[in-house]
Amino acid sequence: MGWTGKILRINLSTGTIATEALNMDWADKYLGQRGLASKYLVEEVDPRADPLGPDNKMIMATGPLTGTCASTGGRYSIITKGPLTGAIACSNSGGYFGAELKFAGWDMVIFEGQSPKPVYVTIFDGDVQIRDASGYWGKTVWDTDKGIKAAHQDPQIRVAAIGVAGENEILYACVVNDLHRAAGRSGVGAVMGSKNLKAVAVRGTGGVKVRDFKTFMDATNAGKKVLKENAVTGEGLPAYGTQVLMNVINETGALPTRNGQDVQFESANDISAEAMATPRRSDGKPNLLTNQACFGCTIACGRISKIDETHFTIQNKPEYWHASGGLEYEAAWALGSATGINDLEALTYVNFICNEQAIDPISFGATVGAAMELYETGVIDDAVTGGIKLNFGSAEALVACVEATGKAEGFGKELGLGSKRLTEKYGKPELSMTVKGQEFPAYDPRGIQGMGLTYATSNRGACHLRSYTVSSEILGIPEKTDPLTTDGKAGLVKAFQDATAAVDSSGLCVFTTFAWTLEDIAPQVDAACEGNWTVDKMLEAGERIWNMERMFNNNAGFTAEDDNLPKRLLKDAAKTGPAKGLVAGLDKMLPEYYELRGWTPDGVPTSETVARLAL
Amino acid sequence: MQKALTIDPGKCTGCKQCEMACSYVNEGEFNVSKSRIRVFDFHEEARFVPYTCTQCDEAWCQQACPVNAITTNEMGVKVVHDNLCVGCKVCTIACPFGTVNYNASTGKVIKCDLCGGDPACAAACPTDAITFQDVEQGGFDKMRQWAARTTAGTEPSGPNAPA
Repeated sequence: MGWTGKILRINLSTGTIATEALNMDWADKYLGQRGLASKYLVEEVDPRADPLGPDNKMIMATGPLTGTCASTGGRYSIITKGPLTGAIACSNSGGYFGAELKFAGWDMVIFEGQSPKPVYVTIFDGDVQIRDASGYWGKTVWDTDKGIKAAHQDPQIRVAAIGVAGENEILYACVVNDLHRAAGRSGVGAVMGSKNLKAVAVRGTGGVKVRDFKTFMDATNAGKKVLKENAVTGEGLPAYGTQVLMNVINETGALPTRNGQDVQFESANDISAEAMATPRRSDGKPNLLTNQACFGCTIACGRISKIDETHFTIQNKPEYWHASGGLEYEAAWALGSATGINDLEALTYVNFICNEQAIDPISFGATVGAAMELYETGVIDDAVTGGIKLNFGSAEALVACVEATGKAEGFGKELGLGSKRLTEKYGKPELSMTVKGQEFPAYDPRGIQGMGLTYATSNRGACHLRSYTVSSEILGIPEKTDPLTTDGKAGLVKAFQDATAAVDSSGLCVFTTFAWTLEDIAPQVDAACEGNWTVDKMLEAGERIWNMERMFNNNAGFTAEDDNLPKRLLKDAAKTGPAKGLVAGLDKMLPEYYELRGWTPDGVPTSETVARLAL
Repeated sequence: MQKALTIDPGKCTGCKQCEMACSYVNEGEFNVSKSRIRVFDFHEEARFVPYTCTQCDEAWCQQACPVNAITTNEMGVKVVHDNLCVGCKVCTIACPFGTVNYNASTGKVIKCDLCGGDPACAAACPTDAITFQDVEQGGFDKMRQWAARTTAGTEPSGPNAPA
């Protein structure tokens, strides 16, 4: 148990809905969520399929611990072939939607084909229907959420939806559930839009059972105690959110600034957690109102913010004079540091719009940063931007950009291509801070060397969540390594990648791993699920998942050449801070990494590796 | 000493651990839709509020029940007896707070019974937004907070203050 044992298969081309039993042999090898849904995708989707065509599929998947009392046990993921990268995409979200899907009785939902007209799908326990969404097409996520709950007279419905950006296939459109929790990266919202699927609305009244309740309660209670007593999960994250990192990473000299031209942002403190909690000069109130937990989470790192009503962004827009999801670190970095903007209220507004229209703030902010460099170097001008004065540091420009991109209008459409395609279009591909087409997040590999290998080898394009070596290199979790050296980083990255793949397949949040290791997690999974889930079995599943994703990408046409970093990180040394004079030493880590992985020097899993992992 | 659930919404993060603990104790599974305590999310106001039966002294539900299926135990708790309940739902109408509800799968009503004196929701709450304490001292912490504010910033001036 843990799993419900049932999956839904919805073909949007034909309008057919089928139920089938979960493949338990696969569950034993891939656990759930990221791993198990990726197995389904790999088996069913041609790696060379057009991500936005009818042959791609989109899977919403829970883990075996989703909908249980395990701390953070509320996660779900969206697995598909991503349009931003062309690689396998897996975007993970919290909120309450995932648990609701489980309570409705489903481990996962596989969406196939493309609907001929806009639709939304309702999953009310076993009653599943494809419905006309013409009344919601063109509407924001927030209005769609409100509209669906009202139409079905049930405020307890949980909605995951796309905004106008996803409808128009902005390549980093995301899927937002519960108003401000996002399956954020790699453009999974564009895939949903390509299927003409506006929203999925779920209401579940069933229960979730685990294999051995008594053992499960003991294991989850022990886990909660560890989270509470840990300084990061027990104090730092609830009080400051992930934004606790802004000043820390800036001081480390690893805060990519103005499209990666610098590694420190002189105004980092203005957009930090500390700034969010400080009363504003304008109205005497802090930006941050409170913290919020996702389903089942005893950490509660979520930020709930309210923008100053007199701020230029909303002074004439009372519809935004309320609280909603505030800035977390990656968003604050992308919208602020990557663009050189220090206006916290403006960043909060832009974050609101990213949630309301469902666009990934990391890729959006980083793309604006690249566009600003194009503008300041004279490659593009006002004629291209539609009059937006796109200078670094301009909050007005960022606001104009987010409104245009959210609605896929004017210059917003070009920004919606992502920085790789945008900079290529204007003949300056070296200005794109991406790997495999995806913008990298808030850690500069010149100052945190392990993150260079993390970005270069991430199966979904540049990403911090595939192996968060920042934990070790900066925070000393589980043990401190030197962020400025490449020594030992190949092994560190592999270990983080495999463990994270297992955590992402369980239904738990990866933020627990600031305090938990697999020694804490495996007993919780094992008490919930059949199959004797030891630490070793979880690690093996993680390694198997990593290699399966890699093989999908290789079959999609990726090669070792794509395990690379932007030239800027490899050639231009950091100008300031502890990493001054350093570049990212990827070439010192990558061959060792391939060897540790059991891959050829060309980055292909050897036949021995494939056999060892029973792939 | 009579004890009661004391709820401090200001400490609630909306995690729903209380709902899962409640449904586990009462239903033998994790099922928040069957929880006797529910957390309400007033999203635009940034407030989360756990809410459940307060065990009224003169309980409307009890008075409305035509078959006397709701009794008061020695701790003052209003308990539904499933063997007597006929599922008429009159108590759900009578309760001014909505905290007695019909369970379609059993044909009986469900409400908080304080888990027989050791409420699972309070034990599961990670932030002490829900505590189980002396019913007569429910306002003690709040009083203490406000008391502290009445003399905040002033010099000690009582008979024991230094001259």
